[in-house]
Amino acid sequence: MKVGLFIPCYIDQFYPQVGIATLQLLEKLGCNVSFPLNQTCCGQPMANSGFAALSKNCDKNFVANFRGFDYIVGPSGSCVLHLKEHLHDEQHPGEAEHIRKHVYELTEFLVDVLKVEKIDASFPYKVGLHNSCHGQRGLHLSSMSERMLPAFSKPQQLLSMVKGLQLTLPVRSDECCGFGGTFCVFEEAVSVKMGKDRITEHSANEVEYITGGDVSCLMHLEGILKRNGSNVKTIHIAEILNSHA
Amino acid sequence: MSTSKLSHADAAEQFIKDEPRTNWHDETLWFVRQKRDKAAHGLPEWEQLREWASQIKDHTLSNLDNYLLEFERNANTNGVTIHWATDGADHNRIIFDIIQKNNIQKIVKSKSMLTEECGLNEFLHAKGIETVDTDLGERIVQLRHEAPSHIVLPAIHLKKQDVSDTFHEHLHTEKGNNDPQYLTEAARQHLREKFIESELAITGVNFAIAETGGFVVCTNEGNADMGAHAAKIHIACMGFEKMIPKAEHLSVFLRLLARSATGQPITTYSSHFHKPREGQEMHIVIVDNGRSRQLGRADFRNSLKCIRCAACFNTCPVYRRSGGHSYHTAVAGPIGSILNPNIDMRANADLPFASTLCGSCSNVCPVKIDIHDQLWKWRQVLVSEGFVDTTKKVGLKGMAFVLARPGLYRFAGKAGRAMMRMFPWLLNNKLNPWYKQREMPAPPKESFRDWYIKNKQQ
Ligand code: SF4
Repeated sequence: MKVGLFIPCYIDQFYPQVGIATLQLLEKLGCNVSFPLNQTCCGQPMANSGFAALSKNCDKNFVANFRGFDYIVGPSGSCVLHLKEHLHDEQHPGEAEHIRKHVYELTEFLVDVLKVEKIDASFPYKVGLHNSCHGQRGLHLSSMSERMLPAFSKPQQLLSMVKGLQLTLPVRSDECCGFGGTFCVFEEAVSVKMGKDRITEHSANEVEYITGGDVSCLMHLEGILKRNGSNVKTIHIAEILNSHA
Repeated sequence: MSTSKLSHADAAEQFIKDEPRTNWHDETLWFVRQKRDKAAHGLPEWEQLREWASQIKDHTLSNLDNYLLEFERNANTNGVTIHWATDGADHNRIIFDIIQKNNIQKIVKSKSMLTEECGLNEFLHAKGIETVDTDLGERIVQLRHEAPSHIVLPAIHLKKQDVSDTFHEHLHTEKGNNDPQYLTEAARQHLREKFIESELAITGVNFAIAETGGFVVCTNEGNADMGAHAAKIHIACMGFEKMIPKAEHLSVFLRLLARSATGQPITTYSSHFHKPREGQEMHIVIVDNGRSRQLGRADFRNSLKCIRCAACFNTCPVYRRSGGHSYHTAVAGPIGSILNPNIDMRANADLPFASTLCGSCSNVCPVKIDIHDQLWKWRQVLVSEGFVDTTKKVGLKGMAFVLARPGLYRFAGKAGRAMMRMFPWLLNNKLNPWYKQREMPAPPKESFRDWYIKNKQQ
C-alpha cells in the first residue's frame, strides 16, 4: 500500500513534530509512506475566504505531487475536507478525482482503512478531546450532538487503546473552538471568546493536555492558553498515538 | 429599527466587551438548543421527518408558480383578497392603501419578521400611523426603539432588569421590580387595551396551504388570534416561500417547527385561518422582495425552504456570542447571513464571513438547508463581485502566489520560520489581530521537510 504523506503547510513550518509522529505511526503500522517534497498547501485558506479562484495553482501543485498514490493521508481534518470537496485540476481531472476519493484524515485512515485494533502507545495523562468541526461534521469522524444518530467516535476509539490515558470531554462536546481559518483574525473578538470558552470547559475537567485532529484548532487554543499563563498544553492526536511515556 | 452601521466583527467586539452579559446570552440560548435536542431525541423518526420536510419544500419550490395560483384561487373563493407585492415598498403601500381606504387609526401587529424586513413600522410611523407589536418580546423592543435580535425570541438580548426599566419608563410599573410575573401582567393589561381598541390586525403567516387557500399562524401567546378576532380587518403578510401544497403536509412541519424552535412539542396556538368572519375583511399580501432572484440562484435556492424556527441561531456559536444586532438585518444568524446578501450584497457583504463554517447550523435545520455550504458559496460570489476589502485581497493574493510555488514557499518559510510572507496576519506585533489576545506558535529549528530530507533520504 503506497501512502502519500500530506503535511499541511503550517504543520510543516510550525509543528514539524506532528508530521514526524504521523510518519512514524504510519510506518509502524506497516504502510509504505513517502513524502512528496514539492508539496505546499491545500488551498483552503484562500478558498474559505472566498478566493477559491486563487487556489487553482495550489490544486495543480497538489495533484502533481500526489498523483499515483493508493492513499493520501494527512493529520488535519480541515485540509483533508477541503481537498475532498474542492480539489480540481482541469488538465488532470482523473487524477484529481482519484485524490479526492482517496485522501484521508489520519484517524479516519487508521480506523476505516487500516482497521487498527491495537496501538502500542502509552500516555499517562489526563487528556481532553477537542472535536474539530471539519473533522467531525465534515468528515464524520464522530457522531454529532445535533443529529439523532447512533453515537461513535474514531478519535476516541483510538485514544482508548493508549495505555494510561484518561480521556475527558468538555460539557459541550462538539462546539467550535472559534479558529475558523481567517475567521480567527477578521472576527478576532468572537474567535478568542469562543476559544476561551472551550478552554474553560476543558479546565473544569482538570486536564493536563487538550488534544485533537486539527493543528489549526490546537494552535488557536495554545495561543490563548500561553497568553494566559495556563499549564494546560496542547498536543496533536498523532503525537499521543506515537508516544511512549 | 436601530440598524447599526458597524460591520458584524466590530459590533460583535462591542457586544463581547460586557463579558458576563455575553456569557449569559450564550448560556440562555444554549439552554434552548438543549431543549431542542431533548425534544428531537424524543422522536425516533426525527431524521426521517427532516427528510420529508426537505422534500416537500423542494417539491413546492419547483412548482411554486402553480401552487401560488392555486392558493390565490382558493383564497378568493373563500372571500379573501390576495395582493401581490414585488418588494418591501410595494408591501407597505398595499397596507397603507387599506388603512387609508378604511380610515383606520388603531393597528395591532403580531410577530411578523416579514414586516420587519419591509420596514413597515417606520414607513407607517412616517405617515403618522402607529402600530403596536403585540408579541411580548416584540413589544419590549418596540418600546425601546430597538429591532428584534432573534426571530423567535426577539428580546433575548435583554435581562429582566432591562425589561423592568423599560416598563417603568413606558408603562409606569414600579421602579426596580424585576418580578417576571408582575412585569408580564403589566404588559398583558397594556396590550389588552390595544387589542380591544384595534380596528386592523396584521399577522404573519407560518404556512399557506395551496389546496385550501387557508393559512396557519403559530404563536405561544395567542396574540395573533386576539388581534385578528377583535379587528374588523385582518391583513396577513407572507413571503411567497411559505407555501405548502396540502393540509396533510402541515403535520410534518408543525411537529418540526416548535421542537426546533423552543423544544416544545407544538406551539401553544397553531391557528388556522380560512375565511373572514361575517362583517370582517381579510387580505393576504404575498411578497417577493428578492425571493424570485434567490429562487433563480441554484446555489442559494434552498434557503427559501426556511420555516424560521431559529434553531440555527441557537446552535450558532458565533450568534450566541455576538448577539442578533451585530448582524444589522431583520433576520440575523446563519440563515440571515444567506438571505440578506441577496437583498443587498454591498450592505451585507460581511455576513457570510461571520461564521467559522462549523456546520452545526446545517445539522439542526429541520428542513435540511445546507447553510454552511451556502455561506462558503456566498463568499466566493462576494469576492468575485468585488465586495471585499483591499487588504484582505492583497494578503490572500500574495499568499496564493507563494503557496503555488514550492521553492518560494520554502524560502518564505525559512526566512525566520515566521512565515511572515505567507501568513501576514501571524505577524508578532500589536496591530496583528492574532497577537492581540493570543501568543504566536514558537518557531521550530527546522521544518518537517528539512527533517525528512535529513533523516529519511540519503
Ligand atoms: S434555516 Fe433552518 S434552522 Fe435556521 S431558521 Fe430556517 S428552518 Fe430554522
